Amino acid sequence: MSLNLLLKVWRQNGPNDEGRFETYSPNDIDEDMSFLEMLDVVNEDLIAQNKEPIAFDHDCREGICGSCGVVINGVPHGPKKMTTTCQLHMRNFKSGDTITVEPWRSTSFPVIKDLVVDRSAFDAIIQAGGHIAAPTGAARDGNEILIPKPVADQAFEAAACIGCGACVAACPNGAGQLFTAAKLAHLNLLPQGQPERWSRTVAMVDTMEEYFGSCTNYAECEAACPKGISIDFIAKMNRDYLKAKFRDRRSTTKIDTSEAG
Amino acid sequence: MLTGSRVAQPLRQRRIRPRFWLLDFYGSAIGKKAVMAVTGIMLLGFVLAHMLGNLHTYQDAEHMNHYGEYLRTIGEPILPHTGALWILRAGLILAFVLHIHSAATLTLMNRQSRTVGYKGGRSYVAANYAARTMRWSGIIVGLYLVFHLMDLTWGTNGAATDSFTRGQPYENLVASFQREPVAVVYIIANLLLGIHIYHGAWSLFQSLGWANPRFNDWRRMFAIGFAALIVIGNVSFPIAVMTGIVE
Amino acid sequence: MTLNSNIPEGPLEEKWTSHKFNTKLVAPQNRRKFEVIIVGTGLAGGSAAATLGEMGYNVKVFCFQDSPRRAHSIAAQGGINAAKNYKNDGDSVHRLFYDTIKGGDYRAREANVHRLAEISVQIIDQCVSQGVPFAREYGGLLDNRSFGGAQVSRTFYARGQTGQQLLLGAYQALERQIDAGSVKMYARHEMLDLVTENGRAVGIITQDLVSGQIERHSAHAVVLATGGYGNVFFLSTNAMGCNVTATWRAYKKGAYFANPCYTQIHPTCIPVSGDYQSKLTLMSESLRNDGRIWVPKDKNDKRAPDQIPEADRDYYLERIYPSFANLVPRDVASRAAKRMVDDGYGVGSLKNGVYLDFKTAIDRLGRNVIEQRYGNLFDMYANIAGEDPYTQPMRIYPAVHYTMGGLWVDYNLMSNLPGLFVLGEANFSDHGANRLGASALMQGLADGYFVLPTTIAGELANHLNQPAPSTDSAAFVEAEAGVREQINRLLTTRGTRSVDSFHKELGHLCWDYCGMARNKAGLETAIKEIDTLRQEFWSDVRVLGNGESLNQSLEKAGRVADFLELGQLMCQDALHREESCGGHFREEHQTPDGEAQRDDENFAYAAAWEYNGAGKAATLHKEELVFENVHLAQRSYK
Repeated sequence: MSLNLLLKVWRQNGPNDEGRFETYSPNDIDEDMSFLEMLDVVNEDLIAQNKEPIAFDHDCREGICGSCGVVINGVPHGPKKMTTTCQLHMRNFKSGDTITVEPWRSTSFPVIKDLVVDRSAFDAIIQAGGHIAAPTGAARDGNEILIPKPVADQAFEAAACIGCGACVAACPNGAGQLFTAAKLAHLNLLPQGQPERWSRTVAMVDTMEEYFGSCTNYAECEAACPKGISIDFIAKMNRDYLKAKFRDRRSTTKIDTSEAG
Repeated sequence: MLTGSRVAQPLRQRRIRPRFWLLDFYGSAIGKKAVMAVTGIMLLGFVLAHMLGNLHTYQDAEHMNHYGEYLRTIGEPILPHTGALWILRAGLILAFVLHIHSAATLTLMNRQSRTVGYKGGRSYVAANYAARTMRWSGIIVGLYLVFHLMDLTWGTNGAATDSFTRGQPYENLVASFQREPVAVVYIIANLLLGIHIYHGAWSLFQSLGWANPRFNDWRRMFAIGFAALIVIGNVSFPIAVMTGIVE
Repeated sequence: MTLNSNIPEGPLEEKWTSHKFNTKLVAPQNRRKFEVIIVGTGLAGGSAAATLGEMGYNVKVFCFQDSPRRAHSIAAQGGINAAKNYKNDGDSVHRLFYDTIKGGDYRAREANVHRLAEISVQIIDQCVSQGVPFAREYGGLLDNRSFGGAQVSRTFYARGQTGQQLLLGAYQALERQIDAGSVKMYARHEMLDLVTENGRAVGIITQDLVSGQIERHSAHAVVLATGGYGNVFFLSTNAMGCNVTATWRAYKKGAYFANPCYTQIHPTCIPVSGDYQSKLTLMSESLRNDGRIWVPKDKNDKRAPDQIPEADRDYYLERIYPSFANLVPRDVASRAAKRMVDDGYGVGSLKNGVYLDFKTAIDRLGRNVIEQRYGNLFDMYANIAGEDPYTQPMRIYPAVHYTMGGLWVDYNLMSNLPGLFVLGEANFSDHGANRLGASALMQGLADGYFVLPTTIAGELANHLNQPAPSTDSAAFVEAEAGVREQINRLLTTRGTRSVDSFHKELGHLCWDYCGMARNKAGLETAIKEIDTLRQEFWSDVRVLGNGESLNQSLEKAGRVADFLELGQLMCQDALHREESCGGHFREEHQTPDGEAQRDDENFAYAAAWEYNGAGKAATLHKEELVFENVHLAQRSYK
């Protein structure tokens, strides 16, 4: 089965360029192609016509590195749930379809070129507190602290975030809550994360709010997340932030070792 | 920080922490959402009590008017006449102001965070109509509330009926709803209130961090139930007047 | 120049301990006087950067991706080995050492491998303390699973995303140092040359991929942790951006490239579906525990797989290797599949795969059990192949997965160029001719967290109170000019063929002649044809756009230019190695029943190649491998 498509792709030369849609009509697209392979084909055509190919971020093409991601027909990562753009295959489209392709839109994800955006705001949030201070060599035996399986499993589910930014792209408020909440849940659930739990929560939330909007509980982020990360983690972040502010206000500015669990 | 050609810059300065911790808390978006949720709970409580109290209408004029008078005498003689009522009113006014202030400032923040929209349009996958129209339903209900107060509390000329008499809520209500446009506007406003509650009464659990797989399904049920209760109760009054059940 | 591996004296078990004591130290207050450059932010580079930053060195880190968290270590599925012996099944440091040496077909350095096995234990502790959510048992203890090439359960895992979780641990530790100011991060930067002065590595030339700016960075030491070169085959399980450029430019500046012909082919990947195919996707090796591999007995059988009766199926692994059957090692399973497809028994519309059938397992265990064990893999397969593996067998075929070769390093992980260190998949050191499953993650983290932070001090201590080299020196000027010239040449050639078309052609050549099976005639053809292709590339490549903004074609062009040269060296190495071992199978050297035939007499060495100029044959240097603790034996899986 092959498809003939009408493709409207956002082209923008640089951060300060206006940008516009350009239309391409790739024919004989194999339904076994991934969406990005379809773009590869379009790009080869463009190069043959002496036109600059479409720039888009991509790397592993197996749905784990988080590099890729475009908004396809108004939905981040396209119509298939729990799927990154690189894992979206053309059999999810019909011949004759018009497909609109746009970059992530958020003030803090400025467009670098075409479909490539700068997501370094996410790194800034991790820098603020998305870590556990564990200098190399100081570790105790891995089995010394028991972690109940349900806790480890839940921490893993939160840690499965690939940092693609689809949550921000999907949020009408341009909020980065699902990303931040997932990392907070991962670290705040584990016993190793307790010593810095409250200071981490405040630091990451404050940095998040420097870049992103607030949560209106639309749940669009959860629907767009290719890893199916739940907005329950956002509730957990809110609770931890409230606790950090109400329980022991000193702990948000100083290192606190009193709290466990 | 990243070095090199980094294009993204923070949209906002790092907040300077106020000394007073509550102000510090309110300065964050999560804090504002929590305040919005708590004030929302207060307003939900008011809306529910208001609706339940007004059910006295279905008894008769005497009970209803007596209930109105009773509200003014709560707390006597420790508090002066209408003292408790004013304390409640002050709380409500504060809640209302904070609810609006937090909503307005967060809306500005969100606009800043998404200055460029999707040029090719966007599709909503999860966000329902109620969630997407909170600002509008909120503004309209707020505006209606002003009219509602002028009509039935203050008796302002032009809004209230000519026969408005302070202390006779039953007669005032019946007279007001006998004006069809007023009844229709009331019904519309209440439907919007229901829509607002449908999202708000669910959303407050998220904002306050009350999530747990054991009761997460119930959060939605609660919001639907609460919204339905308020809408059915409130809308019944003008219908009862217009159909002559209450006269 | 003779290769000195600097292996410490003494018994195997004490080498690392005594070496740590004998290596010079840099005192804490002196560390901030040293600049260290690290290129690559995968498990090796990320963990090294975080550790050196924490210790107090001034570190600059570079990655071509938009964030250090995207490095391809993130895609590792299976797990990480460690000789913890939590299962009480007889595991030990020595057993892990032995399994790794044997798995590598006796082509790795004993001392390095033993150190790796020793450190494996600390890695798990380190990662747990960072919050890596390893799989747990109900009692709260760490869980293990077994993996190919071992008879003990020593693999720690986090579902099918172990690489992701380990990398995020290292990434977070790195971000913590960036926040602390000890590490400067340069994302979307590509290293385009190594700068050497008097034979010593003194810095690098990079390009900011967003602005196109060419930059000079100098340091007291340069660390390359830039991964493997599997993308020379175009199609591989590597990420699209994986490239050989950093190590290749170092090679061209005098670093030796060791054992480039050792490439690992993974037996269970989803077959190619068309010319447009951009990469291959791995299906975890664990599937072979319950799946049965077969092809139709009649090569012209056009029936759907479920219509083919048992009598007409050839379960060839069960037939040829009755005792290991479907669980033979990676290289054996891969070559058997290749033989079937080459002989015309391939399945699927392109006849380029073999069946991996779960029907027997589903009948025996029920669909639920299979779903629990492999649900996410089955979903992934259905998503990519568009077929339901519960009702029809998967189609699989081997694909390039990992490269054991890399820059030559001594015991300190320093290359033959002083000041240049190489970690992880980018070096050649620990896996010999074949890597065991779940050992790549172990090596990356061992190198970055534990080995380099110790050994780099020994080198840096020699340069205490010397400032970092000036970036105005002739060496930097010259290196930058070379980089600019190459970029300019790529942008002004304006030929007729796209970069990808060259890359695909190179991939085909390498796969056909230097893939799962190699022979003299083929390799000679490949060397000639790659040379022709390389010349055509430089006269006919079409790279559009400019060098002043993000230009992904230009990035690719530079990488493919290097792959074209590497491809030749890989074939040259494969041609010279007149034996079969691990991932290197020479058809001329096989046992009567088609298994790899090593030649320990003549080839028990690491082949380190020295660059002599583009298109010229490289010079071979040999590091003889001495085996004092293991007995060299022929592998058999029948």
